[in-house]
Amino acid sequence: MTDLVIKDLNVDVTGKALVKKTSLSVASGELVALLGPNGAGKTSLIRAALNLEKASTGTVTLSGQDARALSPGERARKVAYLPQSRPLAWPNRVEDIVSLGRFSHGASLGRLNPTDAIAVAAAMSACDITHLANRRADTLSGGELARVHCARAFAAQAPLLIADEPIAALDPRHQFRIMDLIQRFVSDGGGALVVLHDIQLATRYASRLVWMKDGRILADGSPEETLTTSRLEDVYGVKAVIESGRVLMDGAL
Amino acid sequence: MKTSIWLTPALIIASLLAIFAACLLGSTSLGIDRVLTALFGGGEAGDKLVVWSIRLPRALAAFLVGAMLGLSGAALQGLLRNPLAEPGVLGVSASASLLATFSIYYGLVALNPWILPLAAISGALAATAVLALAAIRTHSVVTLILIGVGLSSFAGALMSLLMNLAPNPFSLSDMINWMLGSVANRSFDEIGFAAPFMLAGTLILLASRRGLSALTLGEEAASGIGLNLRHQRILVVLGAGLATGASVALAGAIGFVGIVAPHIIRPFVGHDPARSLIPSALLAGLILVLADIGVRLIPTTNELKLGVVAALIGAPAFIWIAMQKRGVHD
Repeated sequence: MTDLVIKDLNVDVTGKALVKKTSLSVASGELVALLGPNGAGKTSLIRAALNLEKASTGTVTLSGQDARALSPGERARKVAYLPQSRPLAWPNRVEDIVSLGRFSHGASLGRLNPTDAIAVAAAMSACDITHLANRRADTLSGGELARVHCARAFAAQAPLLIADEPIAALDPRHQFRIMDLIQRFVSDGGGALVVLHDIQLATRYASRLVWMKDGRILADGSPEETLTTSRLEDVYGVKAVIESGRVLMDGAL
Repeated sequence: MKTSIWLTPALIIASLLAIFAACLLGSTSLGIDRVLTALFGGGEAGDKLVVWSIRLPRALAAFLVGAMLGLSGAALQGLLRNPLAEPGVLGVSASASLLATFSIYYGLVALNPWILPLAAISGALAATAVLALAAIRTHSVVTLILIGVGLSSFAGALMSLLMNLAPNPFSLSDMINWMLGSVANRSFDEIGFAAPFMLAGTLILLASRRGLSALTLGEEAASGIGLNLRHQRILVVLGAGLATGASVALAGAIGFVGIVAPHIIRPFVGHDPARSLIPSALLAGLILVLADIGVRLIPTTNELKLGVVAALIGAPAFIWIAMQKRGVHD
């Protein structure tokens, strides 16, 4: 079992505290949704956990090992990361993009060994993009591209996944499809930390909701425990009604 | 779209044929049989002299210079994720030729034959290092290219200053030769002094190739899949600096081949920067060998400089590629 444990993490960028003494854990079999308004420090927290940003104090461990002592390759084999912005520099073939998920296993594009080829094929079939294998990335729709990036992350076969707003700018059907893919990854034994802005989807899919504001975590627990009207007011500054797990937002406070 | 397995072998064969053709053609035309005999050590002394001391070293120099520029261009384009990145455009060649000119100007070259390649390489490395430092601070590739253009202008200005202060017409014509770029009258000795650096640069750039593929996803995701960004930048800067510097030491500043060759190659290798390295190098070498044959055959009173011809073809291609570029990159 692999888990990510963040303890008392502080992130300061040019004198501004973006993440303040934050603790959070994600274990196998859990789908944790990280919620909070823009600028709450969600992305900084994730990036510091992956050692892509320097944390000023605090510890991050991956299955008990200090995450900062791991090489980028070792870390990538434990955690797959789907960043918020996903630019593609060149119009590569879809299969090549997914194959890049095997980078930390030493794969070279166009010369995959059988293990890598199997992992890539499995990830493409799980994300339903096998038929797009030879398409150029610049000919895909937003929904197809989102699935390609998911497949790239799954191809790494890392036990953990961190996804930063994986469903932003997708239509409702594709939002469900991507969340279904992440849920399948979790039910197959993976652990996922997903930044979401859709509270309804978060409640539906996540086993835990982590509410973040101004660099601090305000609450961490199951949707039933932590989803309340007063919390939505505190965290997002919105008026809302909650009826049997359904959130109806009524406007800004 | 699919990677073509015939691409690299075809380019190797074409390059060998072009180099052979370069040995055939010239002011005194030699027949195929005479060139072949001379190449394998037989034949008349005059033929051997023409082939081994004049035509073959010149053709090889053109090929090597082109190959280094094509390789550096393809690698820099992968690192900066922009099809317009190239040693010439980024000011690397200009900085290298500035220091090379400087060492000629002050007579340092007479002290030791290694000084010229080392000066050119220092200039190239200084420019690539400035670019890599800037790349850490800014995420905008356009800014980086503008910094390169600035470097290029600055090196050009210093070069003009040196010309302005040139003590006599001989050093002036030396400098002009260096600025325009040419492989005329190169010998195997000069190739020998540049070759170790070319080899080192090539090996370093080839070692960085997997990272160039990873950078397709952008720096954030590339780090996410396990790329050590800092090592990658150092490798490419060092490799491109060595390769470009050595090519400038051999031929002066020759621009635009480093853009044109990778641009033609990319569609054949699935737009993967790693797989474009070797074919781009071969094609750029081939282009310069052919351009140099052209330079020798065009009947002009003053022989045209290879760099001038390369720029005449390359600069319009640069503009065309820039106009085609769609907004998917930034």
